[in-house]
Order: sequence, then structure tokens, then C-alpha cells
Amino acid sequence: MTNLTAQTRHHLVTARVENKAGVLLRVAGLFSRRGYNIISLAVAPTDDPAFSRISIVVDVESNLLQQVIDQLDKLINVVAITELDPEEATQAELLLATLARSVEHDADLGVLIQSAGASIVEMTDQATTIQLVAEPTVLDDFEEKLRSYGISELQRTGAVALPRLVQL
Amino acid sequence: MKLTGAQALIKSLEREGVEVLFGLPGGAILPVYDPIIDSSIRHILVRHEQGAGHAAEGYAQVTGRPGVAMVTSGPGATNIVTALADAYMDSVPIVVITGQVATTSIGTDAFQEVDTTGITASVTKHNWLITDANDISRIVAEAFHVATTGRPGPVLIDFPKDVANATIDYEEPGELELPGYRVASAPDERSVAAAVELIAAAERPVLYVGGGVIKADAAKELAHFVGLTGIPVTTTLMARGAYPDAEALHLGMPGMHGAFAAVTAIQRCDLLISFGARFDDRVTGRVEDFAKGAKVIHVDIDRAEIGKVRRPEVGIVADCRLAISALNEQIAKNSAAQSRDRIATWVERCLDWKQRFPFTYEGAGTAAPGDIGRIKPQFVVEELRRLTPPETILVAGVGQHQMWAAQHWGFVDPRSWVNSGGLGTMGFAVPAAIGAKVGCPSKMVWAVDGDGCFQMTAQELVTASSERIPVKIAILNNAYLGMVRQWQHMFYEQRYSEVYLSPDLPDYVKWAEAMGCVGLRVTDPKDVAAAIEQANAVNDRPVVVDFRTDSMEHVFPMVPAGASNDEILVHPSQADQPR
Repeated sequence: MTNLTAQTRHHLVTARVENKAGVLLRVAGLFSRRGYNIISLAVAPTDDPAFSRISIVVDVESNLLQQVIDQLDKLINVVAITELDPEEATQAELLLATLARSVEHDADLGVLIQSAGASIVEMTDQATTIQLVAEPTVLDDFEEKLRSYGISELQRTGAVALPRLVQL
Repeated sequence: MKLTGAQALIKSLEREGVEVLFGLPGGAILPVYDPIIDSSIRHILVRHEQGAGHAAEGYAQVTGRPGVAMVTSGPGATNIVTALADAYMDSVPIVVITGQVATTSIGTDAFQEVDTTGITASVTKHNWLITDANDISRIVAEAFHVATTGRPGPVLIDFPKDVANATIDYEEPGELELPGYRVASAPDERSVAAAVELIAAAERPVLYVGGGVIKADAAKELAHFVGLTGIPVTTTLMARGAYPDAEALHLGMPGMHGAFAAVTAIQRCDLLISFGARFDDRVTGRVEDFAKGAKVIHVDIDRAEIGKVRRPEVGIVADCRLAISALNEQIAKNSAAQSRDRIATWVERCLDWKQRFPFTYEGAGTAAPGDIGRIKPQFVVEELRRLTPPETILVAGVGQHQMWAAQHWGFVDPRSWVNSGGLGTMGFAVPAAIGAKVGCPSKMVWAVDGDGCFQMTAQELVTASSERIPVKIAILNNAYLGMVRQWQHMFYEQRYSEVYLSPDLPDYVKWAEAMGCVGLRVTDPKDVAAAIEQANAVNDRPVVVDFRTDSMEHVFPMVPAGASNDEILVHPSQADQPR
């Protein structure tokens, strides 16, 4: 996931949309109909309950991205839409993973969790559920490292993002 | 004022200036049909909901005002999806109102329930499900606004039965709640200046005029542009009539079955100036080979069309009328942009192509094409044009007959041509002609239809008879699904699979008469003119003329699907002409 081609094809688009029934269908339907590939999608209300923010990581060639944005912008419920340059955005994603072993019996795993800044959410003798909030690429690396410990369940939320603060 | 939701809906339609509704009642929409009795709005009862949609399209295309259709839930809604998709492809402003089961029943698989807004989301510019009767007047106002502004298109209002039956204090619509809807209007000055610079430097410019020019009512501005610059014109299938066919600089229609001169001029130009066209695959052929050496100026009101297929050197997001006006203003002050010398050689070449490669067919132009015994379909179109008033509205279905109509009818005015371009909806012609005639009752309306198309929606002639809508239908009856047959002939080794229809099953004359129309049949070329005149004289009911045309006739020129436009096949009689 972190190779260079994947990175250049992945674009983070964030849209402010009216918080109305069917908006997600319109957005998802547009991607499906026009053959754009969604890597992840996160949607939740903003501070103003009349609007939601949708963060979409889309897999398209850079020269197609403007077309994706223009088509999305035509949706009546889409109020504003921007591509966030990863350099100029604060991105975060949450990862939950259940591993089929107890961290108590595995010092290496404990070190990994600690060094990554992840936290233990739940633990039994046979299993541990951990969570980590970080930039998506950091989660990619972390997920890779977790594999050797036997992932039994894993769920990521997809990236959400805001423009980075500009220092005045 | 206390009103029911149903009354509020009808009142809102009246407020929008709606004069005609094309519709068909049913369970969920029943409450709304009651106040129609008391309304000034004329309701035209169609025989199938698809017909209501196409009639609304025909009405909209000839009047420039939104067409309105009303149907019930479930199958009523699904039957009108084709018309919505058709209107979406061709940017036709229609407002469709569908009944819906009560909000309390939505999601329970109730009788005649479908997810109408879900089903139609991808074929409407926008749609609304009204869940509160207090929103009716505002949403109706929003729907008409969205349908008719910017790039026009179909919208749909899904109207649940309990919303129709609710009692509300009716209020006029206040502010529209469309925070995400922005409409481009005036062009950006710098882009206009950049475009004029390209025009002033071009040696081989050509205009690629699309349906946007008609939608924007920009024909006058276009004519002025051509007058100023002397640049040759091509008009797409959706733009026939935007510039008169009789004008010397008009090279005709580009595209798969376009005029050789139009196709070739675009291929060889050094500047392609597109007004309100969308670089459709039927125009471009293989995109990589389309107008290869040309710089492109692309004017379109829809930002997403700029660069969708071809990245232009100058993109202007604006209403075509305003954009062309702005260009004209700058060109008027720029002698280089008006110079005829620089483009003289090019124009001469274009006109030479036009002169040597006209649309043609066996026996064309002879006084008695009847000598070959068979009725050539193109001859019927030419005779129709010759024998009808100049302002006649021509409607077509989809297929060979549509192409012959687009090629051989001499178009004079915008909004005089109604057809299904983008979606290619067979069966479009009969209901669309009805809508056109309702919209322009004083103009003669002829539909040129194919026998395959006619069989899909002919039942709407019952509507036309009972409502006294005297449309005239010319069936170019070649007993085949002709365009499919042509492809099988050319690309499938003449293996004709499932395309034969029979010339006399059904008996079109009897069928026409059964539907309350005058039915005529013409089998001899010599009788074509007389039959047209006989049909022209009928004003109290529809007329159907069954022209038995030559089954073997092909549409030429033709660019095979997926081929480069350079590989255009011309009529066999022109094959030896140097290109």
C-alpha cells in the first residue's frame, strides 16, 4: 500500500455536504457509475448539524482527479469540495485490531504497541484488542508489523482530514 | 390558507406557470389527481408512463420551458426512468412527479413501492423525497430552478400519499435551500481574451456547435460570430437548427453519420472552437485521433465537461449566449480575428469537400427517383421538407431514419428538431411529437419514425387522438431494425441476427385507424408527395403514413465504431473522389 505508484494515485478529497437523507448514496453512486475507485470513505456531521463532512480517499490518476472533483461538485447536496494535498493536511485514521494472543505473554508485542503509541483497549488470556490513531501511512506500517502476531479482526475507519494550520 | 398537500402541489405547479401536465394516475398519486379537476392546468392522459416523460421532453425542447409529467409510484415510476435517462443525457429540463407510498410505509415493501429517488439518482440532475407537506412549495420551486438553470436537466419529486393528504397552512416559497448549487453564467474575461488570441492566429479554424447553443438561445450570437469571423460551422445532432443548413459556411453535422466535410474539417483543423458540445464518442470517433493537430477552445456551462474527454487550450465555463457575445465583442475590436485572408485557403478547401461530398443516395436529385422502383427513405425526408412550412417541427426516433432525417431535412430554426441523441431511445418519436405539438400548437409537427421504433410507443397515438393533438407520423418502414441490420451487414459478415420485422405485420394503416388516426400507405415513389400533401391537410386528428422504403439502404457516410474519423466511409458513388 505504501509503494510510490499507490501514493500518486491516492488522493484525499474532502467534501462539505448537506446532512440529508440519500447524500451518501449520491456520492457513492457517482463513484460507482463513473468508475472511480474509493479506497476509504468517512462521513460524519460537522459542528453544524445541517452539514456533514465526507473524507474520501480515491484511487485515480492525477489527471482524472479534477474530473472527479468537478463531477462531485455538480451534486446539488455537495456544498464545497477540495482536494487536500497530504503535505498541507492533517490526516488521521483509527485502527482497531484484535490479536489472537495475550500481550501479557508476549513481550515483543508489548514493545511494539508501546513504541507505536497504540493503546490496549481490551485484553483476555487469549486475545488483545488494541487501537491506534495516526496518519494512514503510519497505520499501514503498523498493520504490516502486527501481521506476524496473528490478526484475528481488524477494522480501520478510513482517513479524515482538515487543512493544516498556517503559521502567521 | 389551509390546503391539503395535494392542493399545495398543484398550486405550486400553477405558480411555476405550468400549463400542461402529461400523466397517468394510480394509487399513490390519487390524492393529487383530485385537485387537477379544479386546476387551470391541462392534463394529458398518456397510455404509458414512458410516453408522459418523452412528451414532457418534446414540449421542453420546442418551447424552452420545462415539461412536467406526473405518474404513480412503483411501476409508474420505473416506467418513466427511460425518459429521465434520455432527458439527462440530452440536458432537457423536465420535472417528474411520482406518487409514493405513505412515509409510514416506506421501507416495508408496500404495494407499488420502489426506491424511486434511489433508482433515479443517477439519471436526474437532482431529486427530492418530500416527507413534510410544509416543504412542498419550497421544493417545487427548487425543482423548477434546478431543472431550468445552469446545464438544464430532469429532476424528480417523490410525493408520498400521506404528504398529499396532510393539511397545511400553505405559504408561498421563501428562499430556496440550495447551498450547494451554483450556476455559471458570465465568462471569465481572461479566458475570452485567450480564446480570441487563438482565433486571431488560427489558419484552419472550425466551429463545433452543440446542443448548448440551442439551450442557451444563442443562435443569433452564433450567426453574428460566423458573420464576424467567416469560420466554417458544424452543428451536432443535438444542435441541428442552431445555424441554418442553407448557409454557405455550414458544413453540416459531424460525427459517425455526419457530413464528410464536417467530419474532415474537424479532423484537419488547427483550431476547434466548441460551443456547448460535449465531445461525445459519436462525434469524436477514436478520441486519440480526433482533431489531432488542433488547439481547442471549449465553451460549456458545465465545468465538468471541460477536459472530460479532451483537454482544451482554453476552457470557458459559461452560458453559451453570454460567452459567444463576449467573444463577439472582443473580435469586433480585433482585425486579425476577423481576417478572411488567413483562413481563405482553408475555407475554400472546406467548401470544396462540401460540394464534392454531399449526402446522397441512388437516384438523388432526379425529378423521378421513382424510376428505381423502390422508395428511398432519404427521398421521403426531402419531400417532407419540400412540402411542409419552413417552421415545421421535425421529431425522430432512433436509428437509420433518425440519421436520414438529420442529414436530409434542411434545418432553418433552433428548437425545430427533437430527437433522442445521447441515450438513443427507440420509441422516442411518437410521444415526443405529441409533446412538441402541445407546446407549439400552431406549428406543423412531423415525426419521422422507424417501424421498429413505432412499435415501441405507438399506443400514445391513442392519447393524441383522444386529446385532438394532430401530429403526423411518417414511418420509414423498411421491415427491419435497420441500423442493427446495417452493422450486421458491414461488421458481422451479413449475418442478420434477429433484425427482421416484416413490412405488414402489424398492418400500420389498420393500427393507425384503430387508434383514431388517419392511416395511409405508400408503396410507389411517385405517390410520396401526394400522401404528404394529404397528411398535411388533416388537422383534426393524427396521421400515420406507412412509407414502404428500401430495406437495403445504408446510412452514409459512416465512421465505424471505435475507428478514427479519418477512416470515414463515404457513399459508394463518392468512393473515387480524392479527399
